[in-house]
Amino acid sequence: MRTICFYFQVHQPFRVKPYRFFDIGEDHYYWDDYLNKSVIRKVAQKCYLPMNALLLEMIQQFPGKFKVAFAISGVCLDQFEAYAPDVLDSFRRLVATGQVELLAETDAHALCSLKSKAEFTRMVENHQAKIKRLFNGYEPKVFRNTELVYSDKIGAMVADMGFKGMLTEGAKHILGWKSPNFVYHNSLNPDLKVLLKNFQLSDDIAFRFSDKSWSEHPLTIEKFVNWMNAVPKEQEVVNLFMDYETFGEHQWAETGIFEFMRLLPGAILAHTNFSFSTPSEVLANAKAVAPIQVPIPISWADEERDLTAWLGNDLQNEAFTKLYEVEKRMAEIDDEELQRDWNYLQTSDHFYYMSTKFFSDGAVHAYFSPYDTPYDAFINYMNVLSDFILRVKRYEDAKVATEA
Amino acid sequence: MKVLMFGWEFPPHISGGLGTACYGLVKGLVHHKQDIIFVVPKLWGDEEPVADFVNASDVEIDYRETKFIDTWQNLTYLEINSYLVPYLGPQEFEKYTDYTMHHRSDVEESVFSNKYEFSGKYGKNLMEEVARYALVATQIAKSKDHDLIHAHDWLAFPAGIAAKQMSGKPLICHIHATQYDRAGEGGAQGPVYEMEKAGLLAADHVVAVSHLTRNLVIEKYGVDPDRVSVLHNAVLDASIIESKVKKKVPEKIVTFLGRITFQKGPEYFVEAAKKVIDRDPNVRFVMAGNGDLLNRMIERVAELGMGTKFHFTGFLKGQDVDDMYAMSDVYVMPSVSEPFGIAPLEAVRHNTPVIISKQSGVSEVLRNAIKIDFWDVDAMADAIFALLHYQSIAKMFKELGSEELKNLKWEHVAAKLVTVYQKLHQEQP
Repeated sequence: MRTICFYFQVHQPFRVKPYRFFDIGEDHYYWDDYLNKSVIRKVAQKCYLPMNALLLEMIQQFPGKFKVAFAISGVCLDQFEAYAPDVLDSFRRLVATGQVELLAETDAHALCSLKSKAEFTRMVENHQAKIKRLFNGYEPKVFRNTELVYSDKIGAMVADMGFKGMLTEGAKHILGWKSPNFVYHNSLNPDLKVLLKNFQLSDDIAFRFSDKSWSEHPLTIEKFVNWMNAVPKEQEVVNLFMDYETFGEHQWAETGIFEFMRLLPGAILAHTNFSFSTPSEVLANAKAVAPIQVPIPISWADEERDLTAWLGNDLQNEAFTKLYEVEKRMAEIDDEELQRDWNYLQTSDHFYYMSTKFFSDGAVHAYFSPYDTPYDAFINYMNVLSDFILRVKRYEDAKVATEA
Repeated sequence: MKVLMFGWEFPPHISGGLGTACYGLVKGLVHHKQDIIFVVPKLWGDEEPVADFVNASDVEIDYRETKFIDTWQNLTYLEINSYLVPYLGPQEFEKYTDYTMHHRSDVEESVFSNKYEFSGKYGKNLMEEVARYALVATQIAKSKDHDLIHAHDWLAFPAGIAAKQMSGKPLICHIHATQYDRAGEGGAQGPVYEMEKAGLLAADHVVAVSHLTRNLVIEKYGVDPDRVSVLHNAVLDASIIESKVKKKVPEKIVTFLGRITFQKGPEYFVEAAKKVIDRDPNVRFVMAGNGDLLNRMIERVAELGMGTKFHFTGFLKGQDVDDMYAMSDVYVMPSVSEPFGIAPLEAVRHNTPVIISKQSGVSEVLRNAIKIDFWDVDAMADAIFALLHYQSIAKMFKELGSEELKNLKWEHVAAKLVTVYQKLHQEQP
């Protein structure tokens, strides 16, 4: 078997509105509805709608042959329901073809896998339920954690939840001389198979496609087909994992990214011995060659492929610690709005905005942040969190009062 | 390169940031093996011997030199109107506005006397001194060999122009602050503005202390963008100051330290203080300094009923300034228009977290600070609150701020300036 596995991450956070300290205790609505709606509508027009249409066309052109997978975060699905039902419908049409697989993840695209098994499990179950409700009873079988965050321990927790496989980054420092183009298994629980992103070929499309300073620019179909043919023949699976917003949003339509993707399936099927598979098919057909050892968590972010984009400085650590201090108490709280906010506040993007790596790793971080500086992001988030914690306390006090 | 440099003050006898900046720059230039002849109106004798100093008060002028007449004629617009000296405290300022200039023939006589004792300050004879300084510059340019002329701010621009007329060497006008910064949009008039404009347009090259000032020089004074470079200021000493001073109140202290004038935005600090105090009784505000808006600020604080939480120290100097920084939990510089603004870097040296306005040149080089628009009182209050309540920002500023200071060295600034010198030197016919 020689196959390409396409997986796209679809995610948009609920961004927080400008929230001053004098709003604490007064204003309990945190979400920037206008901004969130505008982003969803903009990305829908530039990426989700045209790219979904293109993929549907390719699937129909190559029945049973062209396949892709998506992980759509729960917070993103909530926003599709509210602001872009047309996008949700187009995803439903794709899933209905049977050539598109949906993956499981945490509902809020959160980092709770690093903090608490209970919260991690709860969030995954919530996401499963949401997928089931929105996609006609669909049940994801393969897991993809937020930003491909993975460690031996996280993998073991995922196995405990009953998943057969999980996706992560083929980071150089964990692979060493090994190739990402094989299936591996978790080092604590061999039942969990692990698919590793081929970051070279993935990032050629996702990051370098329109980079004029790249020696291979422009990336043509011929070039890509040649690279695929150059993959050593014993290597079985090339995992192309990327943000879905690559298409039309990070790489604008003008770069020719849509044309590239329109021509790619036909060219691969005609000129290479690679097929296309969903992650479930890869797991079913390929044997795991070896365990993969990841004692310290990895991700797909930045050069280091670690967690420092989210939890790399004092700001992020203070916010993260403060947030999870209420975790245990949240289990006792039966209040829809508090639970919703607890969920949305966990989204990893809030911590990403606080990264001071943008001072050096500039462009990428600045591009994604609605804030001028990480300090602004931190202050705003902490104000909101202060109010949230206050509300939790009030809820508890009221509960005690009624019980007494 | 032999540089004939005109300043107005030099440490230790300084009243503002100009002297300190000149000192840093000269030290940096000497580090890069440049020969500096530094002219000041008055030498006190205890200046650090980093340059070949010339005391303008010692220079006798030679009446036979006809160029003096040209220079003088170019300077006859130096009539003193009130409101043009921005560096005075309220009492002095009042006296000053009452003052009217003697008849011009008196001035002419005084300026043209054989020898002239400069005060070197910013007093009532300022315009007269500026004029005399230009005449002296002509004399020095004639007698001292040099490759380039470099003049700091409007006080020395007439001197720079005069020297250029004498020797024909390229002139660099270094702009540390403009009349727009001092007086707002109303700055576009009067003799100071005229002298700034004359200097900037006569210069072969202009050096601005920030991009903010560079843009201003281009937009408001019509200087050709190709002739303006940016050289940010630096710090003389980047070391962290460990102070033993302990504050004597349990509350957190938030400080404004600077001249209490329009340019520094003290009223925004007062309004932000009110918003914080309303929510958090556990904080005190301090406004340290003097200036023409001091009385108005005192009145406003009383009006807002926060007199027991908001304190005025008056003008601070020496050790008191250091102690004030050390005692502060937050330092705020809400300047409306600040060409550079070195004070926040001093606060960083004391490990005090800073909030600075985006309308300051220093915000172009200091990353580890919270930056707000000077008028955005809500954002300012929010930033103050955050620094007082969310510990990790202050912690990060402490860790990263000292690293950052190490990159802000006068040697680096001087190295850039040397390339400007070399380019100008090569370009001259």
